[in-house]
Amino acid sequence: MTAIIALSLFGISNLFWGFWFPRKVLQILTLLFLGIGIGLTAMDWNHELLWFGNMFRTTNTSINFSLIIQLAAFLVVALSRGFGADDEHTHPAEYYAILLFSVVGAILMVSFDHMIMLFVGLEILSVAMYVLTGSDKRNLKSNEAALKYFLMGAFATGILLFGITLVYGATRSFYISNLANIIAATAPESMPSFLYIGVLLMLIGLLFKVSAAPFHFWTPDVYDGAPTIFTMFMSTVVKTAGFAALYHILSGVFGGIYSTWVLTIYFISMLTLIIGNVTAAYQQSVKRMLAYSSISHAGYMLMTVSAMQSSSTSTVLYYSLSYTLATVAAFAVLILVSEYQTGRKEKPEDYSSFEGLAKNNPGLAFCFTISLLSLAGIPLTAGFWGKFFIFSDSFNRNIIYPVILAILMSAVGIYYYFKGIIAMYFKNGDIEKIEVPILFKIALWFCTIVTLVLGVYPNLVKNLF
Amino acid sequence: MNLLFILFFPLLIGAYLLIAKPKYAFIISISATILEAIATGFVLYKINETLLPMTFIQDWIPEVGIQFSLMADGISGILIGLCALLLPFIIGSTSNTQKANHAQYQGLMLLMQSAMMGAFLAKDAFLFYFFFEASLLPIYFLASKFGGENKSAITFKFLLYTIFGSLFLFIGLIFVYLRTPGATHSADIETLYVTARNLSAESQGYLFMAFFIAFAIKMPIFPFHTWQPDTYTTSPSQGTMLLSGIMLKMGTYGVIRLIIPMFPLGIGIWGNTAIVLSIIGVIYGSIIAIQQKDAKRLLAYSSFAHVGLISAGMLTQSFDGIQGALYQMLSHGINVIGLFFVIEIIERRTKSRELAQLGGITQSSYALTVCFIILSLGSVALPLTNGFIGEFILLKSIFDYSLIFGVVAGITIILGAVYTLRLIQKTMFGNVSRITTEFSKLTLEEKMVLIPLSIFVLLGGIFPNAILHFSEESVTQITQLLK
Repeated sequence: MTAIIALSLFGISNLFWGFWFPRKVLQILTLLFLGIGIGLTAMDWNHELLWFGNMFRTTNTSINFSLIIQLAAFLVVALSRGFGADDEHTHPAEYYAILLFSVVGAILMVSFDHMIMLFVGLEILSVAMYVLTGSDKRNLKSNEAALKYFLMGAFATGILLFGITLVYGATRSFYISNLANIIAATAPESMPSFLYIGVLLMLIGLLFKVSAAPFHFWTPDVYDGAPTIFTMFMSTVVKTAGFAALYHILSGVFGGIYSTWVLTIYFISMLTLIIGNVTAAYQQSVKRMLAYSSISHAGYMLMTVSAMQSSSTSTVLYYSLSYTLATVAAFAVLILVSEYQTGRKEKPEDYSSFEGLAKNNPGLAFCFTISLLSLAGIPLTAGFWGKFFIFSDSFNRNIIYPVILAILMSAVGIYYYFKGIIAMYFKNGDIEKIEVPILFKIALWFCTIVTLVLGVYPNLVKNLF
Repeated sequence: MNLLFILFFPLLIGAYLLIAKPKYAFIISISATILEAIATGFVLYKINETLLPMTFIQDWIPEVGIQFSLMADGISGILIGLCALLLPFIIGSTSNTQKANHAQYQGLMLLMQSAMMGAFLAKDAFLFYFFFEASLLPIYFLASKFGGENKSAITFKFLLYTIFGSLFLFIGLIFVYLRTPGATHSADIETLYVTARNLSAESQGYLFMAFFIAFAIKMPIFPFHTWQPDTYTTSPSQGTMLLSGIMLKMGTYGVIRLIIPMFPLGIGIWGNTAIVLSIIGVIYGSIIAIQQKDAKRLLAYSSFAHVGLISAGMLTQSFDGIQGALYQMLSHGINVIGLFFVIEIIERRTKSRELAQLGGITQSSYALTVCFIILSLGSVALPLTNGFIGEFILLKSIFDYSLIFGVVAGITIILGAVYTLRLIQKTMFGNVSRITTEFSKLTLEEKMVLIPLSIFVLLGGIFPNAILHFSEESVTQITQLLK
């Protein structure tokens, strides 16, 4: 809990450091702040406590989620090298501060015990993200993305709030722990029907944030328009926080009325899988492909949520971690390659920009390969175990056909992930040696090596969850 | 420990070759594979002496009951023997070419060997699945980096097709695994046998389909074979040898190791369909092989026909069928590698594989003709060659199972003779063509690959008992499970 206070203070102080320090120092400072945040969060381990008038609860699950989120933010900051170096972004301090604030929002979203806290966390996170999406001020696409994200996001939070109100009206409580008891104690017939409408609206609000179909339409454009470094942040931090909140609500509150929402979630997860994977297969741009792939991964994670087993919590955590590591590495290589190709190619983010990368940059090609293999769920990478746990959970609930569909969609996934690998290794291109800064290198190899280690020993972290 | 050595030794050397890119890659890789063959021979000798399987068991992920457990018994012994025996020849076949000292090329082959060894040795079903999948990546890189015309599209199709198949194996495995007793479950093969056999006939039917699709794509069985001729033709020769000589045996091995002991009721429902498909493959592959103009493509289809017979034989679930299948896997591996190498030699000298352009090679290279004929006769299954023993036992098991199936599958002997003799005649005999007039004699390195392989063909035909005896015990165990 002290982590949110510390991170907020650090964020504010960051605004002032910007007067004196250059970008490089700010980057190190922010890394330091996030490191402290991680340390403070980890210190709460095994202390289940309530804060802020019982509105905020730290449990080991929420701590795990907070750690994943801060780790992702840490990696993103470490990879934010070109950012603020040019005239377009002359005030990097603000961006680092906003990044820290959004992490605070994300932590609130994973540890709330009061539904207003969920709303506040979501708003802190979202407003920060609207700003960051539009931070490439002179780029029309970035502006469009920010406006689109803001309009649709504001609408979605509104729907969430409406849902919370209805649920409150039906149960007269905002507290997660009370709500579950009230719902369990009341017979389903005597429950006012607008409770169910409230549940549905809350789900819609959160599903929008995790970009599940049919609420995914903003995702490709926003991911594509935002500066890549913030796309990386969005697709990892926002997604993890959104899933944690969704899972927390569904398992903590509405577990008792499982049968009323499970079909909806099923349907949505199937639809998300199909739309995400099939559309991704048609993309020419790696960035858009990764955007659609993030939609498809939302589909896999929804499968676990709908299976709702005792092991589901650790599955969601494990999947978030493996997905975060792989996505960060993939976007990191994309940043380097597209920066290199800007000016050389018309569309620096296309698959064609990667042609021949392996020749002079075997390290980068290797990292990108491992991250794509992990996203595709090939054995001996972390992503494989993520899929394994998800399918196990679903089978435990006797969910058969969705798993078969998910398998078919994984095969589609292999197609578009391997397109990147083919471009790097088997196509001819002339990419010279790309200069990689040291911090960048460390973060990239960290992701790659952890992905491989978790592929061989998933129990290293699975035990913690 | 021995098992660990033969599993990881090629991996280490392969990784070294890939990372360090040493100059004399050929020497390193060929000595590594010979050492590997000796170590494997030692393991097999131990098994043969004690008639007990050799195991290595180590906890890997105890929370989900997955072990790192290896086992070499009579069945996997034959396959690791095949894998260890053939690799020196495959690597030897690169000598004096540009690929010989290409560290990446050699390294990928060694990685491939390690993955295949793993698949044959695995005692834990998920471990099997890892190696089954892991073997795809090196061969994919090998084929699409060093392959021929249109390699990118063809190998990509191969990759997608096989991964697609193995995903079904994956969900099938999870399904059975979750039904094993205990809180953490277990993926040990023996436990899976017991659990799977207690499932209802309906579930076993579906599971059989899931598993069979994976293995049928790997082998391949009609109608899942469409990736195969193109991939075999476009891969570099060594890639084709690895694919046809060893990798397709992962599919047949999977059927013996997993499907037959696990789903007797499933085979009861779908077995006949699968056998019919296999036999269709036999006939269909042979007929297409007869019409091929490209020698490598012809061999690809002949390989497709042979594997159909192996699959039909073992799906009869009889002792003979499984024994014959194992023996035929071994002989097919040896024969097909030799044959592909002969085609490679011809292509190196004449730059052509077109049957119409070749002919009369016997006049300039007598040794090549003799080796080629011995290897081909092995493939036609003439008595006194290894192919005869395998096909004879297989056909016997099919006849025992059903007369009609037997008669239809028996046509393969005739068709096989037709396309193989046509191949010999068009390449070795007849008039010398423009491009074969200056055909140079075999070099020492080439002889060192071809002559031992030819000797194996004859030895296998004359002394089959040593090998049949070797696998007898394990096959009996499997057939007893079915009673």
